[in-house]
Amino acid sequence: MHPEFVIEVSGLYKYFDQFCAINDLQFQARKGVTTALLGGNGAGKTTTIAMLLGLLTPSQGKIHILGEDMLQHRYRLLHRMNFSSPYVDLPQRLTIRQNLTVYGHLYRLPRLKERIAELAQALNLDTLLDKRYGQLSAGQKTRVSLAKSLLNKPELLLMDEPTASLDPDTADSIRSYLEQYQRDTGASILLASHNMAEVERMASDVIMMRKGQVVDTGTPDELLARYGRNNLEEVFIDIARHKESA
Amino acid sequence: MQDIHFSLRRIGAVALRHLYLMRSSWPRVLEMVYWPTVQMILWGFITLYLQGNSSLIAQASGLLLSGVLLWDVLFRGQLGIALVFMEEMWSRNLGHLFVSPLRPYEMVVSLLFMSLLRTLIGIGGATLIAIPLFQYSIYDMGLPLIAFFLNLIIMGWAIGLMVSGIVLRYGMGAESIAWVSVFAIQPLCAIYYPVATLPSWLQPVALALPASHVFEGMRELLLQHTFNVAHMQWAIGLNIVFLSAGIAVFLGYFRVARRRGLLLQVGE
Repeated sequence: MHPEFVIEVSGLYKYFDQFCAINDLQFQARKGVTTALLGGNGAGKTTTIAMLLGLLTPSQGKIHILGEDMLQHRYRLLHRMNFSSPYVDLPQRLTIRQNLTVYGHLYRLPRLKERIAELAQALNLDTLLDKRYGQLSAGQKTRVSLAKSLLNKPELLLMDEPTASLDPDTADSIRSYLEQYQRDTGASILLASHNMAEVERMASDVIMMRKGQVVDTGTPDELLARYGRNNLEEVFIDIARHKESA
Repeated sequence: MQDIHFSLRRIGAVALRHLYLMRSSWPRVLEMVYWPTVQMILWGFITLYLQGNSSLIAQASGLLLSGVLLWDVLFRGQLGIALVFMEEMWSRNLGHLFVSPLRPYEMVVSLLFMSLLRTLIGIGGATLIAIPLFQYSIYDMGLPLIAFFLNLIIMGWAIGLMVSGIVLRYGMGAESIAWVSVFAIQPLCAIYYPVATLPSWLQPVALALPASHVFEGMRELLLQHTFNVAHMQWAIGLNIVFLSAGIAVFLGYFRVARRRGLLLQVGE
């Protein structure tokens, strides 16, 4: 394990019956920065994130997170990481406060009430705390999911399209909050997103995936130069349509 | 090899999630008491009718009511596990739960606790209502009642864990198994009639079920006022096998779910 990296993945395969969803995946993500995991639908981003979180067992390969083998020390590592996705729900009938309380206990957090109040204030949820999760708008739900993912002050945060379905104002405030969190804590973020403007703003490194493999990596500027494009959206389309770098 | 570590706080967290749910919905609590009470009332009236026509019932009027209430312990125990687990599936919460440090075996302990609580509320309510309504108290059985209760709820847990594992593996399409599975063994459990009533080829099957020994023991207690230790030993021994199998099936299917990516996909 290289101390510079928060995630090191090597020789990773995932088969679903005969279908190979992840095919000899190799990549590293640096500590303290945001790494974007990009790729078209079916490229294997969500499968990769699920394996990094221990929700999915790899068919073969190694995953090291925060210097430890994920497959051997999953539970020790899960205390130090967290996950946010608008596609994974929290219990609808519980209030925000109840949901955050349950998850705070799962992470065995000290001073849980204070932590919930702190996050609620930071994410503009303080007036909604006693509202049921199921009664919230999409934007409010995303903020709750983010609050849940920050409860344990994770050193590594995995995010699957964190600002999907949000209006530009809310999306901007969430990005700003994440940037602030990263500056304050030195946390690392792995971000799967289809929003290229978001990636250009937040990511220091980009990993491009296609058909379960890494097809290119670099900083956003390196990728723009390599493909001779003006923005990451055009690079994304080039890669998705199998065009080679310039 | 993963570290083996139990956290009461994590177990409590999952239980708390379901206690919040119960607290927020009085129909859910009412539903827990409703069916055991309806069953108890029905069999209470049948008992009143038969008392004048059957020497057996006249001899031990609580025979049918004890049977129905104790059977409900097994049924509610099983249902408590399956319902609490499926609630996580319906709410698509498994993904979040299992990216937290919650271990699957801690989840199992939470399910057992919630099932115990739901069963105590449901059956407890019905047994208390039976006292003024039919002048029948199941608590007159004394200490053996605790042994009967524990053996029946453990068998219910074993079936509930197996069913939950199957639903996790095969999806909500298999949900109906949770409602009907326990009734497949009901005729073999000797609730209202002795095992000897069954055809001889079926009796070994019945005697392989912990519940049959409990109900045989219950009948002996009510009719002959003796506590049959041998039946209880059989029930305990068989329950060790049943519960071990239930936990193994649940954890086995959980590993399959991890392999097949089902923890993120399940839901309504």
